[in-house]
Amino acid sequence: MQYLELYNGSLPVEKITNNWYNDFKLSNYGAIITFVGVVRDENGIDGLSFDIYEPILNSWFDSWQQKAKKQNAIVLMAHSRGDVLNHTSSYISAICSPQRKVGLRLIDEFVEDFKASAPIWKYDLIDGKRVYAKDRSTAIQGAGLLS
Amino acid sequence: MIKIEFLGPIGKDPIEVDIQNLTQLSDILKSDKELEHWLKSSAVAINDTIVQQKNIELKDGDKISLLPPVCGG
Repeated sequence: MQYLELYNGSLPVEKITNNWYNDFKLSNYGAIITFVGVVRDENGIDGLSFDIYEPILNSWFDSWQQKAKKQNAIVLMAHSRGDVLNHTSSYISAICSPQRKVGLRLIDEFVEDFKASAPIWKYDLIDGKRVYAKDRSTAIQGAGLLS
Repeated sequence: MIKIEFLGPIGKDPIEVDIQNLTQLSDILKSDKELEHWLKSSAVAINDTIVQQKNIELKDGDKISLLPPVCGG
């Protein structure tokens, strides 16, 4: 199975999380910790939209998989491309770990680093237009090299 | 030639330039008024690996990507 899944539009949350549970419930992980991000209705948006640069996303995700493996855990992630309407999901991640404390720490670290480093760009959907969410975005470490 | 691609919201078509290093690229991109304000906040990748220093020799066929501030999820 794919540990990193990308979908066009909103995520089929039940299908993804059920698959993860069914695929890993027999692997003797004592903790499967899932985080589901849901698009909020705020600031007059109809939803969000996303661009993804897959080559660097894949290498970033692989480095996290290695980090988790050293702690006998695995990382799972699903993300949307394109438009995702309010009250639907654009992002799910999970840690499967033998130990609850390791899993809870890893999911926190993983989501924080995801926000700061994963090459994904977010836009607000307002009146059918995509508006770059500049104020909520974070410069990747090392930014400004060419300035 | 070196291919330069501008990711996400920068919204500019790729260009090809004849350069040997990132200092030369910086000089070229700074002269583009549309790009100037993106340079301060954008990270740089060479052949899909993010780099932290300019002191890297470029080879013919290399691909450089500019990655503006991100926000997944």
